[in-house]
Amino acid sequence: MKPKALFERLKKEGNLSGEQEQKIAEELSQEYLPAERGIVPPAPAKSIYLYSDLLDLQDLSRPYCSFTTQLGSLDELLERDKLREKDGFPRKIRVGRLIKPGKGGKDKVVVVPSTVEEKFLHDSIKPPEEEGEGGEGGHGEGEEGDVIGEEPIRSPEGAGAGPGQGEGGPHEMESSAYDLGKILTEKFELPNLQDKGKKRSLTRYTYDMTDRNRGFGQILDKKATLKRIIETNIALGNVPDLYDIDTGKFLIAPSDKVYRILSKEKDYESQAMVFFLRDYSGSMSGKPTELVVSQHVLIYSWLLYQYEKQVETRFILHDTEAVEVPDFHTYYNYKVAGGTQVSAAFKLVNEIVEKESLVKDYNIYVFHGTDGDDWDTDGKASIPEIKKMLDYANRLGITIAEHGMSMGGSTEVERYLKKSGLLTEKPNHIRLDVMGQDADEPRLIDGIKKLIS
Amino acid sequence: MELIDQHTKEIMEGCKVRAKDAGLSFQDETLEYIVTNRDLLEISPKMMIPTLYDYWVHDVEVLKEKGKYELYPGNPYETVINTRPAISFYNDNNPDWMNVMIFYHVLGHIDFFQNNLYFSNTWDFDFAGQALADKRLIARLRTEHGRWVDYAIEFGRAVDNLVGYHDEISRLNRPHKSARMKRLDYYFDIFLQSEKKVSTTEYMKEVDLYNKCRKEYPAAVEEAFFSEVDKRFPEFEAMFHKSLEKREARRTDVLQYLIAHSPFLQKEENKWIQSVLEVIRNTSLVFQPQIRTKIMNEGWASYWHETLFLKDDRIKGHEVEYARVNAGVTSMPRVGLNPYALGMRIFYNLEEMADKGKYSFDFRKIDDANEREKYDRKEGRGKEFIFKVRENFSDFTFINTFVDQDFVTKNNLFVADRRLNRQKMTWEYYVKSKKAKDYRQMVIDKLYHPPAITIDEEKSVDGSLYMVHQFEEKPLVKEFIPNTMLGIEYLWGGPVHLETSEVLNISTPGLPAGIVTGFPIPAPEEPAEPEVQWQRVLYTMKDRKLSKRTV
Repeated sequence: MKPKALFERLKKEGNLSGEQEQKIAEELSQEYLPAERGIVPPAPAKSIYLYSDLLDLQDLSRPYCSFTTQLGSLDELLERDKLREKDGFPRKIRVGRLIKPGKGGKDKVVVVPSTVEEKFLHDSIKPPEEEGEGGEGGHGEGEEGDVIGEEPIRSPEGAGAGPGQGEGGPHEMESSAYDLGKILTEKFELPNLQDKGKKRSLTRYTYDMTDRNRGFGQILDKKATLKRIIETNIALGNVPDLYDIDTGKFLIAPSDKVYRILSKEKDYESQAMVFFLRDYSGSMSGKPTELVVSQHVLIYSWLLYQYEKQVETRFILHDTEAVEVPDFHTYYNYKVAGGTQVSAAFKLVNEIVEKESLVKDYNIYVFHGTDGDDWDTDGKASIPEIKKMLDYANRLGITIAEHGMSMGGSTEVERYLKKSGLLTEKPNHIRLDVMGQDADEPRLIDGIKKLIS
Repeated sequence: MELIDQHTKEIMEGCKVRAKDAGLSFQDETLEYIVTNRDLLEISPKMMIPTLYDYWVHDVEVLKEKGKYELYPGNPYETVINTRPAISFYNDNNPDWMNVMIFYHVLGHIDFFQNNLYFSNTWDFDFAGQALADKRLIARLRTEHGRWVDYAIEFGRAVDNLVGYHDEISRLNRPHKSARMKRLDYYFDIFLQSEKKVSTTEYMKEVDLYNKCRKEYPAAVEEAFFSEVDKRFPEFEAMFHKSLEKREARRTDVLQYLIAHSPFLQKEENKWIQSVLEVIRNTSLVFQPQIRTKIMNEGWASYWHETLFLKDDRIKGHEVEYARVNAGVTSMPRVGLNPYALGMRIFYNLEEMADKGKYSFDFRKIDDANEREKYDRKEGRGKEFIFKVRENFSDFTFINTFVDQDFVTKNNLFVADRRLNRQKMTWEYYVKSKKAKDYRQMVIDKLYHPPAITIDEEKSVDGSLYMVHQFEEKPLVKEFIPNTMLGIEYLWGGPVHLETSEVLNISTPGLPAGIVTGFPIPAPEEPAEPEVQWQRVLYTMKDRKLSKRTV
C-alpha cells in the first residue's frame, strides 16, 4: 500500500494526533538523508561497492577543498556543454545543489556540477508496499519477525530531500546561490535586468571623499582652492585687470585651501522583494513540487546575482487558505491534503504589501508555482487579485507544472489566465510558463527565461 | 604521488616473503605510492588508474566529489590496481604495525588479481601502460577532431557495460580443439543432417566408412576420409569454411558489432571512431572482473591480513590496536552488508568445512543434525580448498554455492527489512528471514548485473539496427534510454531499435479487505509477492527522435 493511501486510512481511523498527522504529511514529501547524530541502532546500509580499502582500512580523512576555487574549470565545462546544442545533442551538465541538513534549519549547501553517464541499466521494480526496500543484510541475534531496532520517522534535526535535489535555508545558501546566479546569467544566458527600478536608501554607508573642508584635510581640491584664492584676491583688490592677471601678487590665506575629506555616505541601491508562492495541496506532491521549488531556487539565485545580494524573500504556501512560512526549508517541505484556491495566496501577498508598504522601497517580484488546479475554476476571485498585484509588481511569474492527470495543457489556472487577456495586455508584468511534470533542468531554465525576460 | 620510503618498503618486502611462505603467489615486483587526498580525488573518477584517458565527465566528477566532500565523507575507492607491476596507494601517516596489516591485505588482493581465473583477460599486459598508450591516442585524435572525440567516447561509454566479458573469458579458457575435429563434427552433425538431410541408413553408411578409414589408415584417418567425402560432396569444403566464419562472427557484443558493421564507421572520415570505441571496450573489459569479484576479493584479502598479521613476529605489542582497526573492517553490521566481513567469513567457513572433510558425498548423505555437527574426518585440506575457490569462483558462483543454511545459522545472518510502526511513528527494522535461500537471493540481487542486450541481425533491416534486451524480470532505467539510443544511432548512422520489457501493472494481492476501525492492522505473516504484469515494447530512435510502441 502506498504511504499516502495509508495515511488517508489512518486519518480516517482517527488514530493520529494532530502532531502525528503533520509529521506524516511531512514525511510523505521527503526522502531522508541520514541524520548526523547516531540513529538508533541500524546505520544506513552501504552498497557493497562503496566499501574500499582506503577508507575502511586506512581510515583516510576526507579531503577539504573549496568548490569556489574550481569555478574556473567549471566555466570551461559549461562552455563546452553549450556547444553540444549546436552539435545537436542535449546538454549533459546540470548545475546541482547538494544539501546537508544541519541544526536549526541551517542547512549547508554547495553548488556542484553533475552529470550522469546514461547507459542501459537494470531498474528495480519498486515495491508498492510501505515495507522497506526489499531486504538488507543483517547479522546477530534475533528470530524471524523480531524487531531489532527502530528509527523515528521524522528526525528531530530535520532533513532535506534526496541528494542533488535538495534545497536549503536561504541564508545559508546565499554565497553559493550567488555563484549559481552568476552561472545562470552568464552560462545559460539568462538576461540581465534592464531596469532595476526604484532605489531606496539602505542602512548601508559607503565612505567617499565627497565632503569639502577649508583649512585642512586629506586631498587638496585644486580647482576649488584656486577659485577661492581668486575670490579672496578680487576682494583684496589684487586683480585690477581681469585680462592680465599677475598671480605673483596673490595673497593666499590658509582658509582658502579647500580639501576633500573622507565622509560617510548613504548608499542608494535598488533592492528586490521576492514573494515565492506555492500550492501545497495534495495534488502537488512529488514531481510538481520538486519542479516548482527547483525553479524557485534558480530564480532566487538569479535575482540574488542581479541585485547584488539585495534580495529579500518571503514564502507563502496555500491550499484553500494561504500562510506565510518563515524559511525555505518549510516552504519546500510542507504539504497538506487540502483543496486549492489560488486567489488566497495572491490576496495574502496584496495584504502584506499594503500593510508593510513595501511598494515604496522595493522592487517586488512574485513567483507562483502550481499544478494548475484551482477550485475557483473561472478565476473569479483570482483575476481581481492579480490585477491589483500588477499595479505594483515588477513581474508576476506563474509556473504550472502539469501532473499526469491533466492532459494537454489546459488546466484551470491556465485557462482563466488566458481568458482574462492579462497575458497579452501586460506582457511586461505577467508571464506564464507551463511544463510537463517530467521537465528537466534545461527545461526549468528555459522556463525561467520565459518568466523573467 | 611519490614512492614510499625505504624503511616502509622494507616492511613490504618482509610481508611478501611471509605471504609467499604461506602459499600466496604473485609477481615479485610491486609499487607503493603515497597519495594526497587531492591526488585521490583526481584519480578516483579514473578508476584509480592515473594514466587513463582524459574525458570531461571525469572533470565533472572531480568537481562534484570535491563539493560532496564538504558535506559527506566516504566514497568508493579501490587502492590496489591490477597492473604489472601491481600498484597500491597509501596515505603516509600509518604506523609500522598498521602498514604490516595493510600490506598483507594488499598482497591478498594482488594474489587474487593474479590467480583468479576471471582476471585471466588482464594477465598478459600492463594496463597502466596500455592506458597510457590509449590516452596518447585519444589526445592525438583530439588535436585532429576536437570535441567530436568526446562524443565518440560518450557514445561508446553508453554501451560499455554491454561488453561480452564472459565470451571473452570463455574464449581465453576454452580448450583448443583442432580444426580437424571441428570438420568431422561439422560433417556428421550439421552437414549430413541439416544440409543434406540424409536418411538414417545413409548416415550409418558414412559412419561405417569412417570406421573403415580408421582401420585402414590409422595414421591419417581424416585425410583419407575426407578425400572420399570430397569425391561425393565437392561443395563440402566451401560450406565448411563458410560455417566457420559464420560461427566466429556470431557472438559479438554491441560495441564490437558497431565497430565491425556500422556503415557510418566504415566511412573513411569516421574510421578513427573505431579506435576510440576499441579503447573504450578494452578498458571496460579490464574492469569487469574486478566488479564481479568484490566480495571474494575483499574477503580473501581480509582473510589473509588477519591470518598473516597474527603470525607476524614484527608487530609484538600492537595486538590491541590491531584488534580495534580490524574489528572495524571485518565486523558484520547489524543491518547492512559488509563485503570484507561476509567474504572473510565464507573463506573461514570453507577452510573449516574442508578441514573436516565436509565437502564430500559422505557428509551430504547425513541427515542427522547432531552427526553433521560432529562430523570430522581430519582431512586437513582446508587451505588447499580455499586456494581452489579463489582461483575458480566469482561473486555470483561464490555466494550461490557456499552460502548454505549451516553457514547462515552459524553466523547469525538474516535478511532485515523495515516497516512502519503506526503507533510509535517509527520505522521498525525487523528480521525478515533467516533462511539461506532468502539471504542468498538478497546478496545476489545486490551484485553487479548489466542487462543482456544483443543484436538481432535478421530484424535489422533497411539499414537499421535491432537490439534485443533479454527478459530477466527487470526493466531498464527508462530515463536513460533516450540518450543512450541517441548515441547508438549516431554511431550506427541509421535508425536504432530496442526491444525490451516494461512493467505494465503491479498488483498487490493479500491486503485485508474489510478493516475494522480502531484496530491496528496485523502485519501479514508472509507478505504476498506482488504480481507483476509485463509487456514487451519497442523503442525506436530515428533522426534523433524517440518513439515507442508495444509489440
